[in-house]
Amino acid sequence: MGVVIFLIILIGAWQGFYWLGVETLGIYKSYAFPSPIGVFERFMELSEDGSLWEALGNSLIRGFTGFVIAVIIGFLLGIVIHQFKFAQKSVKPIILGVQTLPSVCWVPFSILWFGLSAEAILFVVVMGSAFSISISVDNAIQNVPPIYKKAASTMGAGKKQLYWHVIFPAALPELIAGLKQGWSFAWRALMAGEVMTTSIGLGQTLIMGRDLADINQVTLVMLVIVAVGIIIDKLGFSMIEKKILKKRGLLT
Amino acid sequence: MSLKIRNVCKRFENEQKNTLHDINLEIKKGEFVCIVGASGCGKSTLLNLVAGLEKPTSGDIILNGKNIENPGPDRTVMFQEHGLYPWLSVMDNVTFGMKLSGVPKTEREEKAMHYLDMVHLADYKDYPIHQISGGMRQRTALARALTMESEVLLMDEPFSALDKQTSNRLREELQKIWLKTKRTILFITHSVEEAVYLADRVVVLSPQHGGVSNIIPINMERPRHVYDKEFVELRHRILEDVRGEAI
Repeated sequence: MGVVIFLIILIGAWQGFYWLGVETLGIYKSYAFPSPIGVFERFMELSEDGSLWEALGNSLIRGFTGFVIAVIIGFLLGIVIHQFKFAQKSVKPIILGVQTLPSVCWVPFSILWFGLSAEAILFVVVMGSAFSISISVDNAIQNVPPIYKKAASTMGAGKKQLYWHVIFPAALPELIAGLKQGWSFAWRALMAGEVMTTSIGLGQTLIMGRDLADINQVTLVMLVIVAVGIIIDKLGFSMIEKKILKKRGLLT
Repeated sequence: MSLKIRNVCKRFENEQKNTLHDINLEIKKGEFVCIVGASGCGKSTLLNLVAGLEKPTSGDIILNGKNIENPGPDRTVMFQEHGLYPWLSVMDNVTFGMKLSGVPKTEREEKAMHYLDMVHLADYKDYPIHQISGGMRQRTALARALTMESEVLLMDEPFSALDKQTSNRLREELQKIWLKTKRTILFITHSVEEAVYLADRVVVLSPQHGGVSNIIPINMERPRHVYDKEFVELRHRILEDVRGEAI
């Protein structure tokens, strides 16, 4: 309740500041200063003509597709660098290095490869999150208590069974945390990719706002991007995480 | 069933001398053998070798004529820390090994119930691991180990992380279970009392030379009582042995 009141006051203050600074005193230009009412009006217009939802839908589908590909690649890579000592020594440092590259840096490379296309964006998303996921997978497996594996091996578990019945379930809380982080990387990379290319999506709507000198649209899209991030984190990953931890008695 | 440990030595990397030196031991079917020794004598190492979790530097460990090289379900281990899986219920933990080997669900649950009954945990079969006490966890681990019906059951100080009362109760129950099932058990403990209480033979390892310093047969009737004169004398004698070998 307190938070809601705080938000109402914050938005009220913002609107008040806009009236004072832009409309009354004229200190700021109206194209350089968004207002809550302006953002809301833009929201109504863009949702009535459906373009906001189309952009959101496209971005989400693209984001999830890229994320799923990144998860598959990340898991395989993570298992390989965990399972083979040589890969641990040779491939892991490279992955750690590439991981430090901000995802937007993949955009020029991707455009040269795929052109200004949806594939180019997908490529940026996958590159932006697969490596982070593979490192999380490697770490999560690393942190499985050795006694779990020992116990299973003295009960006759083979390598494959060890992964399916012991390592993955044991590492699950950490794996989910890794996926959560991977998703946030994917979502950021997606925006970096969409801003630079021309396929319909939230990033492109954002850039269109800039081209039209419509700061309310720019702000609206930014708010939508934040909202999607929060909703997927809170309703998706965090809820699953909590459920798992509770079941194991790690959270009361 | 026969388990033979022949001229086994174990030296770890970067160590000057053998942790285990020239160990020879034969365990017969249905025998309960306890290994005691001051800390650092390599008793847990010996168990790990038999389990196949580690490899001897030289010598052979032979189970039913076959050299042991890897861990296997014919040598299930019960550990000091239970090693139960927190994402599974008591029942699913107990049936875990059978599931790996492809025993059908109804059959494995029937068998699990039999052993859960034996350790008095039948009512707790659906509990998650974090909701049962330390003693109950160790009972669950015992039931899990028993369901494997392995050739030899290896127990690595299974009760030593528990409080004294619980650990005494569990060893009483283990004795009853052993009398009922006549499993072959190799049991590691630092408690001479526990060893005299449970074993047919007590093997004393020496941390000085890493070898077997004495093997004492315990011929007392079961159930045994820790205050019997014979028990006290035996315990005292073996304790002297262990102390004499301590560094």
